[in-house]
Amino acid sequence: MEKRVQLPLTEELAKTLKAGDTVLLTGYIYTSRDAGHKRMCETLAKGEPLPFDPTDATIYYVGPTPAKPGQVIGSAGPTTSGRMDAYAPTMMSVGARGMIGKGARLPEVVEAMKKYSGVYFGAIGGAGALLAKQIKSSELVAYEDLGAEALRKLYVEDMPLVVIIDCEGNNLYEFGPANYLAQKGN
Amino acid sequence: MREIHVNSIIDTIEKLCIDANTHLPCDVKNAIERCRACEDGSIACGILDNIIENYNIADKENVPICQDTGMACVFLEIGQDVHIVGGDLTEAVNEGVRRGYANGYLRKSVVKDPVRRGNTGDNTPAMIYTEIVPGENVKITIGPKGFGSENMSAVRMFKPSAGLQGIKDFIIETVQAAGPNPCPPIVIGVGIGGTFDKAALLAKKAIMRPLDTHHPDPYYADLETEMLNKVNELGIGPQGFGGKTTAIGLNIETLPTHIAGMPCAININCHVTRHKSEVL
Ligand code: SF4
Repeated sequence: MEKRVQLPLTEELAKTLKAGDTVLLTGYIYTSRDAGHKRMCETLAKGEPLPFDPTDATIYYVGPTPAKPGQVIGSAGPTTSGRMDAYAPTMMSVGARGMIGKGARLPEVVEAMKKYSGVYFGAIGGAGALLAKQIKSSELVAYEDLGAEALRKLYVEDMPLVVIIDCEGNNLYEFGPANYLAQKGN
Repeated sequence: MREIHVNSIIDTIEKLCIDANTHLPCDVKNAIERCRACEDGSIACGILDNIIENYNIADKENVPICQDTGMACVFLEIGQDVHIVGGDLTEAVNEGVRRGYANGYLRKSVVKDPVRRGNTGDNTPAMIYTEIVPGENVKITIGPKGFGSENMSAVRMFKPSAGLQGIKDFIIETVQAAGPNPCPPIVIGVGIGGTFDKAALLAKKAIMRPLDTHHPDPYYADLETEMLNKVNELGIGPQGFGGKTTAIGLNIETLPTHIAGMPCAININCHVTRHKSEVL
């Protein structure tokens, strides 16, 4: 069953999403990875505002390839989310509820997701050419000096994702393989 | 003695960097499509279809298959009767990488210092592996290596008494620990023997070897098949969401080793396992 999800990711909307749901996401999202997260958390620690409004925002952990002439963006698949675990609870505490990436998260992140109604979406790792097709616009917001890691605002249409961890802490990485093996055993 | 000018090395490396990042090799595509035909997980089938669609888009539109266009691993098999003229070979390799990553719109993912970081801006230096071989040709292989999977690799110095079972357990343990992080379905390269460093090199060579080939020794060829099947019984599946296709290939490379040891290295690669070669 495929759900169409229209951003922003309000608390109400977040609560309707369950781990294992296949979704098509539409709306504005922001890109950031290692260096960008470090800078954002330093900014917050100093008590300064972020370069974008984090309320109900969704952050895509991605460092795209440079756009070819005529392209909106280069190949743009997810990077390993675990490297952002140190920063994710802080980002959720200021309202950034959605995360798009790939790979396992630490228990601290899952706890913060339960507290702030966060949702962790998985995009297909290694499908950068396919995912770029769902990105309809890309605008530089800040941190241009970080190159592929700059903070960008993207408009995505029907971006194919899977809910990996929902706001109750259910985790597809845990029950997906277990369910598959159980079903095989029958 | 045959002369080869560095300019032809630069041009070849530029072209191979772009080709390798844009067009997935046939052996990898065939392995993915074979696994798709046998897959029985529900989310898993959809993911594999998207992976196939992704490399078809990359082929057709000449865009990178994955945004992690990797560190450029460059293997040079240099014939002993070749004389390289016109400049420094290492600089030529790096110049080829520099041009390939700039002109191919590939991502620059290399930092100049492992601790203090700072992007070099041109994806150099390349990781260069040279081997002197008989003859008067130079064979160049480029394998752009992503780090989502590289980070899940492991090396262990076994006591010989650990035996074959020790290696089998180590493979399973490493794949389990990697879980969803290396973008499964993965390719597993296993290097056994040699020294600490040679085992790791063997593992890297193993992921560069086409997936439709086997170790020449039937003992290890059978082990490749057995361990690939075992890994695919773990249920991790594409992207770690559950399914049969956890790995699309497992290659083993071996070397003699010391009486006191049994080094074993496992290099993990993803479904975007890239390698392109050319002989000059
Ligand atoms: S592990 Fe492979 S498929 Fe995944 S992001 Fe890195 S290069 Fe791409």
